[in-house]
Amino acid sequence: MIDLDLALQRGEFSLELAITTPLRALALFGPSGCGKTSTLLAMAGLLHPRRGRMAIDDHVLFDSAAGIDLPAAHRNLGVVFQDARLFPNMSVRDNLRYGMPRGAAPAAFDDAVSLLGLSTLLKHKPGQLSGGQARRVAIGRALLRRPRALLLDEPLANLHREARAEVLQHLVRLKQEFALTTVMVSHQHDEVAALADAVALIDDGRLAALQDIAEFRATPAAPYAATTAPDRCAAR
Amino acid sequence: MPLDHAEAVALALSFKVSLVGVFASLPFALGCAWLLARTRFFGKPLFEGLLLLPLILPPVVTGYVLLIVFGHHGAIGRLLDAAGLSIAFRWSGAALAAAVMAFPLLVVALRNAFESVDRKLENAAATLGAGPWRIFFGITLPLSVRGLVAGLALAFARAFGEFGATITFVSSIPGQTRTLPIALYELISTPGGEGGALRLTLVAVTVALLASLVAALMLLRGRSRPSEIEA
Repeated sequence: MIDLDLALQRGEFSLELAITTPLRALALFGPSGCGKTSTLLAMAGLLHPRRGRMAIDDHVLFDSAAGIDLPAAHRNLGVVFQDARLFPNMSVRDNLRYGMPRGAAPAAFDDAVSLLGLSTLLKHKPGQLSGGQARRVAIGRALLRRPRALLLDEPLANLHREARAEVLQHLVRLKQEFALTTVMVSHQHDEVAALADAVALIDDGRLAALQDIAEFRATPAAPYAATTAPDRCAAR
Repeated sequence: MPLDHAEAVALALSFKVSLVGVFASLPFALGCAWLLARTRFFGKPLFEGLLLLPLILPPVVTGYVLLIVFGHHGAIGRLLDAAGLSIAFRWSGAALAAAVMAFPLLVVALRNAFESVDRKLENAAATLGAGPWRIFFGITLPLSVRGLVAGLALAFARAFGEFGATITFVSSIPGQTRTLPIALYELISTPGGEGGALRLTLVAVTVALLASLVAALMLLRGRSRPSEIEA
């Protein structure tokens, strides 16, 4: 169960969303700059809503009425940022291990490395990785945190065609092998269709519609399929 | 052109005083620089101004303030005397004077280094469960290492050249507080001391050049690798 109800102000931009879905993989879909990433960052604890409530299953992340605002470090979410944000001073191995809980089984590390095809990259520094490899390391690092949910911010953005296909394939495998709650930000129709169970269409900081994936797939000409950043939203 | 015994003693003392002064003040400098780079609080401009004060004040004034506070009759000096840890007119006093004078350079270099570390990386570490200490020692400080080395080199050079505050606070006692600049000053004012003065001048110039070279190399190399630092 994903339960989001938040009001957030960033400069002149106001975001007001209420989304509740029992499905496990939610996509926030819409043009760039219309509040999708802000929603994800608020879930991660890196932006603080003015009011609202956010919960994943029975784990409350934020509840202004109850005075709950868990620090990012205590939310236990695996966040994959669009820019990967690997630590440049550490090897791939150390990046992957950074968020692992103490006492985690070594097999978990080996499984994630093998699932994401990272075994030959472990000694590399992030500066030596391609965009697709860096994205896979970021996904592995988030997974190894053993998170309650995975937050993916445009996981396939800014990748060339082959790298995009490669990362998408790993994300699909991930979805099949882990029954992990996932919230994903995207403005790409095909990646949403491949990865999500429910789709929240967001426009200018508001929820335009909440669809299940069958409805979404049935409307391939959904509002943002052909567009990336309308002028009114591009500044954000 | 070898140094005579007194000059060698002054040189060794200067190294000891500068190194101890700079490294002992490092934890405080790290804390102050982090506060300036990463936090907002009431009175921050005043705090920053106070930290920079030794850079602007006449060194004699700084030395006199140290004497008033840490001297045998000073508020802290009396406590230190009672505990058998007197620093007035001792090498440890010279190290304190050097540390105070070099502190602003160290803080400014560290602050700039911390500010150039992308906060998005620190945020990513927080989402991975890291607390503030782990983020600081695992991410922020390692990514600031060039600024840290540059700051240490500049602060060391400043401490090595310290004269006014040192002679005011701890005077000139051979082997205890007569550092290289003080020995040089005394040689200049002594008939026949020109040879020694020249030797110590050459040493001082060499040390300062090496320190500024290290700082410049660190800062230049830091700038030439922008991929490690996001906008």
